[in-house]
Amino acid sequence: MIRLTDIQRDFQVGDQQVHALRDINLQVAAGEYISIMGPSGSGKSTLLNMIGLLDQPTAGHYQLDRQDVTTLSDEQQARTRREKIGFVFQFFHLVPRLTAAQNIALPLMLSGMNEKERNKRVAQALAQMGITDRAAHRPDQLSGGQRQRVAIARATVIGPAVLLADEPTGNLDSASGIEVVRILEQLNANGLTLLVVTHDEALGKRAKRRIHMIDGAIERDTLPTAMATDA
Amino acid sequence: MKTRDATRFAFDALRGYRTRTLLMLLAMSIGVASVLVLTSLGEAARRYVTEEFSSLGTNLIIVLPGKSETTGGSPNLLGGTTRDLTLNDALAVSRSALINHMAPLVIGSAPVSVKNLQRDVMVVGTTSSLLDVRQWHLGAGHFLPEADIDRARFVAVLGSVLKQELFGTQNALGEWVRIGDRRFRVIGIMAAQGRSFDIDVENVAFVPVAAAQMLFNTQSLFRILLDTRSREGIPRAIEHIRRTLRERHQGEEDVTIITQDAVLATFDKIFRALTLTVAGIAAISLAVAGILIMNVMLVAVSQRTTEIGLLKALGAPRRQIIRLIMTEAALLSSMGAGLGLLVGQIGNGLLGYFYPALPLGAPWWAFVAAIGVALGTGLLFSLLPARRAAQLDPVQALARR
Repeated sequence: MIRLTDIQRDFQVGDQQVHALRDINLQVAAGEYISIMGPSGSGKSTLLNMIGLLDQPTAGHYQLDRQDVTTLSDEQQARTRREKIGFVFQFFHLVPRLTAAQNIALPLMLSGMNEKERNKRVAQALAQMGITDRAAHRPDQLSGGQRQRVAIARATVIGPAVLLADEPTGNLDSASGIEVVRILEQLNANGLTLLVVTHDEALGKRAKRRIHMIDGAIERDTLPTAMATDA
Repeated sequence: MKTRDATRFAFDALRGYRTRTLLMLLAMSIGVASVLVLTSLGEAARRYVTEEFSSLGTNLIIVLPGKSETTGGSPNLLGGTTRDLTLNDALAVSRSALINHMAPLVIGSAPVSVKNLQRDVMVVGTTSSLLDVRQWHLGAGHFLPEADIDRARFVAVLGSVLKQELFGTQNALGEWVRIGDRRFRVIGIMAAQGRSFDIDVENVAFVPVAAAQMLFNTQSLFRILLDTRSREGIPRAIEHIRRTLRERHQGEEDVTIITQDAVLATFDKIFRALTLTVAGIAAISLAVAGILIMNVMLVAVSQRTTEIGLLKALGAPRRQIIRLIMTEAALLSSMGAGLGLLVGQIGNGLLGYFYPALPLGAPWWAFVAAIGVALGTGLLFSLLPARRAAQLDPVQALARR
């Protein structure tokens, strides 16, 4: 489903060339649960952004659903992002002036869905996350765990194929962290491909497949035997 | 994304940052209001002058001694007169079926006194036709007698204020006044009607033209007023006057002929230019409001970096980000323009209340221009912030908390 071939990502910092990603080759099958770990600056977030089409590789090829997405126009990339990829961030990134329901409705609104259909989908997503009673609350009236659940609902409401989570529990206490992880794993169990970036060993170990990164390269990829190359 | 959703999203964003929104609305509305008030002042001045001129009478032709190439405005007060206009000129000109009335004017200043009371006023030498030409009204008695034009009879008609000052509430008709070194009998009082363009009718003494010539020791006329039977007759009448006077002045064309229309057209032009200038100045204030909008929108974009990064991550292409920011600017500008219209109309209302003589009211094009410029500057100056928002790198935008 995801196939990265010889991906490079260089940054120019001052007059120094920084290699954030070097020679990344990675294949991800549909429905996998992968954790990406490594020390800070190892390029794990850059990799996630690359897969999420928020960042462009300096060299190499990225195929998503057998389509080369590195050559797409801004418009087409945005569309791919909207329809196939969901993001969950460490700092939730909810729009503070919008209610939980309005935040969840954002991707549907951007896609031009009419309001009736939208409300139905948002209600479903709220119910799935168990926060129906919080629909009309704004982010500052929600707890951290509830905020992250709103963010997950927003990332999945449109029905993407991949969910990318960057330190999803990094800003939560352990109780709500576990809660959030359970929700993510439940989504994965229902067939959603899940990639989690974390430096929390315990969280990382829950994934069936673990990728370790150091200095922009994949150092270790513990590929479970059952999952063959189905990209 | 549906227009309705985009509008609501932008509106929510405006509501989310109240101070900023209010400040921008204030700037925009002041700009629009100043366009309206200033243009309405300019228009009022134009209409005021136009109405003043209309009170002269519509078929009026004015003949001035001396040649001037202008079609209106200032008659040549600074000399240049080659040959005087005389009473005989005036009589010759008036002998035509085209001319309805003719009133020569000799104007000077002289002391008018009754017993110990003395006033220095304007003394106008003319004929009985002046009333018809200028459409003035008599308050009491008679106007100047219809007698031979070159016969000096010592009778006078006083303006209402002058009569009041000299005689108080006493009867003035039939009494004697001294004008300069001669005595005149008062035969009429003008009705109170205020100032009429060039002559303060309430503060003037009218005497027969021959008497005024004697008084001021002159043979020349200040000007000749004529009116035609119809508006259509004006061009032919002008031709007749020009020819007659050329013949009488040894083939030289040394008079200036002004018509009501020409004067009106000139003033109209001047005041329209004035109004446009003032409107231009006001438009600059709108442009300033536009620059303010640009600044505030730039601040808004950097304030909302995360939000814009998020929208990108959620699948909004650049075009959509630009559209959202522009929608916000359009909403701001149109609300500002609406508010400005209101403030402008209130301003005009207040001005009208304190200066009832001014025919206030902004012309229709001022409304169109004000709203157009408000929306135009609002959108134009939002292009840059919108483009900046669209260019934002979502990775960096989302890296911040």
